[in-house]
Amino acid sequence: MKIKNICFAVVASCAFGAGSAQAATEIQWWHSMSGALGERVKEIADGFNASQSAYKVVPVYKGGYADSLTATIAAVRSGKAPHIAQVFEVGTATMMSGGKAIKPVYEVMTQAHEKFDPKAYMPAVTGYYTDTKGRMLSMPFNSSTPVLFYNKDAFKKAGLDPNKPPVTWDQVEETATKVRDAGMACGYTTGWQSWVQLENMSAWHNQEFATKQNGFGGLDTKLVFNTQLLVRHIAKLSSWVKAGLFTYAGRSNQPEAKFYGGDCAMLTSSSAAYANIKKNAKFQFGVSQLPYYEDVKGAPQNSIIGGASLWVMAGKKPAEYKGVAKFFTYMSSPEVQANWHQKTGYVPITKAAYELSKKEGFYEKNPGTDVAIQQLLLKNPTKDSKGIRLGNFVQIRGIIDEELESVWAQKKGPKQALDDAVERGNVELRKFERANKPGKH
Amino acid sequence: MEKRTQFPVGWLPYALVAPQLAITIVFFVWPAGQALWQSLLVQDAFGTHTEFVWFENFDVLFADETYIESFKVTAKFSALVAGFGLSISLVLAACCDHVLRGAKAYQTLIIWPYAVAPAIAAVIWAFMFNPTVGILAHGMQLLGYDWNHLLNSGQAMTLVVVSALFKLIPYDFLFFLAGLQSIPKSLIEAAAIDGAGPIRRFFTIAFPLLSPTSFFLLVVNLVYAFFDTFAIIDAATAGGPARSTTILVYKVFHDGFRGMDLGGSAAQSVILMAIVISLTVVQFRFIERKVQY
Repeated sequence: MKIKNICFAVVASCAFGAGSAQAATEIQWWHSMSGALGERVKEIADGFNASQSAYKVVPVYKGGYADSLTATIAAVRSGKAPHIAQVFEVGTATMMSGGKAIKPVYEVMTQAHEKFDPKAYMPAVTGYYTDTKGRMLSMPFNSSTPVLFYNKDAFKKAGLDPNKPPVTWDQVEETATKVRDAGMACGYTTGWQSWVQLENMSAWHNQEFATKQNGFGGLDTKLVFNTQLLVRHIAKLSSWVKAGLFTYAGRSNQPEAKFYGGDCAMLTSSSAAYANIKKNAKFQFGVSQLPYYEDVKGAPQNSIIGGASLWVMAGKKPAEYKGVAKFFTYMSSPEVQANWHQKTGYVPITKAAYELSKKEGFYEKNPGTDVAIQQLLLKNPTKDSKGIRLGNFVQIRGIIDEELESVWAQKKGPKQALDDAVERGNVELRKFERANKPGKH
Repeated sequence: MEKRTQFPVGWLPYALVAPQLAITIVFFVWPAGQALWQSLLVQDAFGTHTEFVWFENFDVLFADETYIESFKVTAKFSALVAGFGLSISLVLAACCDHVLRGAKAYQTLIIWPYAVAPAIAAVIWAFMFNPTVGILAHGMQLLGYDWNHLLNSGQAMTLVVVSALFKLIPYDFLFFLAGLQSIPKSLIEAAAIDGAGPIRRFFTIAFPLLSPTSFFLLVVNLVYAFFDTFAIIDAATAGGPARSTTILVYKVFHDGFRGMDLGGSAAQSVILMAIVISLTVVQFRFIERKVQY
């Protein structure tokens, strides 16, 4: 009798469970946001699920960016792709070459008859993810841009005005020297060296990083960043290493610890480092615009983003795409975006969310958090400053990192290292072109 | 004359080996076949277009300086790991063999690290040597030595070798200790009566008698350094700086799963496969015969 009851209960609950899952169309969302950011992602999904009952977005953490891209590709190859996958910016060309495997966002939105105005989004953000015809291929999600963080207490100690951060690279040099002379071990360090010192420096000075509109115009692009400007910049940084002004502390975000630990007085890194620095720094710090060279015409232009965007995978049912479209609309709403931006330090993807945050007085309470947005909105993006789209970009960044490391270790001259990086990077580009011949589907 | 029992051959022996065969085919033969096939293809990441290119992937590979460099790195790394692993553990085993009191405690302590997973061992060492927050790096900086394995390739190599040894020495130690304990006491005592000191006794009696163990360990250590240290490299240095710790097996992973170059990565694993096969052949054909038992 008892057993019979249990059996009945199990069957009933199964039937009920299946029934309720059928009622709402499930949408799988694979992401790479861990810790507090993961909670924010869940918040967005929960908010959407509570706002309607037809669709249910299920966020799944799939490991870091590289791991989740691998997982997504493996899932596509075995026919088990999620609906939405978060892919980091260097994976953009890989995703685009996916061809039949992906469904462009503009297509998802128009087919679902969802109200969608690409102009409502920030051009410097969406530019990275649009094709040459201006159509949005993926939905920007978490975007940041490099800014300068500086230690106000250290500035005071060195007799500098803590409200006057250096604006040009020459001023950074002077400041670092003064801070060092005041007894600090490290004047300046940088995170994400390839992204900050080469990719962004090119855009910031409106200079070409790669031919064919930085790779937007086709797979037959070639790297050309061994320019006078960048050779000069890397030579400057290299001389700082020798003089003890610049300390190299790793390829990704490791150098941030050197800043909030109080070792280095200045740091250029992702604006999304703000939250972490605020949490850990035991001193007053300021946020300021990325330094530039004043003698370069047109500088500063606008900086470019990093981070990740959401790609929609192909081969799903129309009803599911409708849900994806509805979710994207929800996610882009000013309230959701402003909340995401204010809590995470990523830039909002729409102008309305920026205006809303302004109206709420967020930037007055948290000075420096709008530097990133102002940098992105500084000028209308040109062909050289709207982003960079290269195949095998993961390897190319690795090559750039290696070559820069050999400069910091004083094993190679700046010119030689950049020439070598261009030459080796071009081999990777040709490999990608070889494996992804356009129109050969 | 030797008496042999003959069983009638029926289905039973085949049925008994079938599970083992099935596992071998599913987990070894099939994937190896796929790697061979993939190494002849050029394919994009999603597999939407595929082209059969014969040996182009291999041509590209051998024209690639970084691949040749990775061979050198692997040779250096495995020589360091096997060399230090064997010699340190032999010294430890020889000492432990002589300890009179508390021998079990020493042995247990030395064997302990073997229980640590490779990735965790690497994280522990990488953390202690971290140039920003690491306690060992901090200590060295206090002593005036600038430790930064993110920039200095020699230091990075030291870090991965130390992490690999941390895991390897307990294993080698166990085998050497067992080998030493199985040497007949009478031989040692006879030598002692003839007036040979402990060092002489070790080199003329114990060491030659250990040669089977040593050769076994040499091959095992090389295989360990070639293949099992992936987790250590990934967690400690990720192959950097400037590829100075990118061993072959790490390059396979990096090119395949980070760079999405599946054909090139498969070609590399085919070459690794050939290396393992030849290592095994060398072990069975030549070394095993020459060792005095």
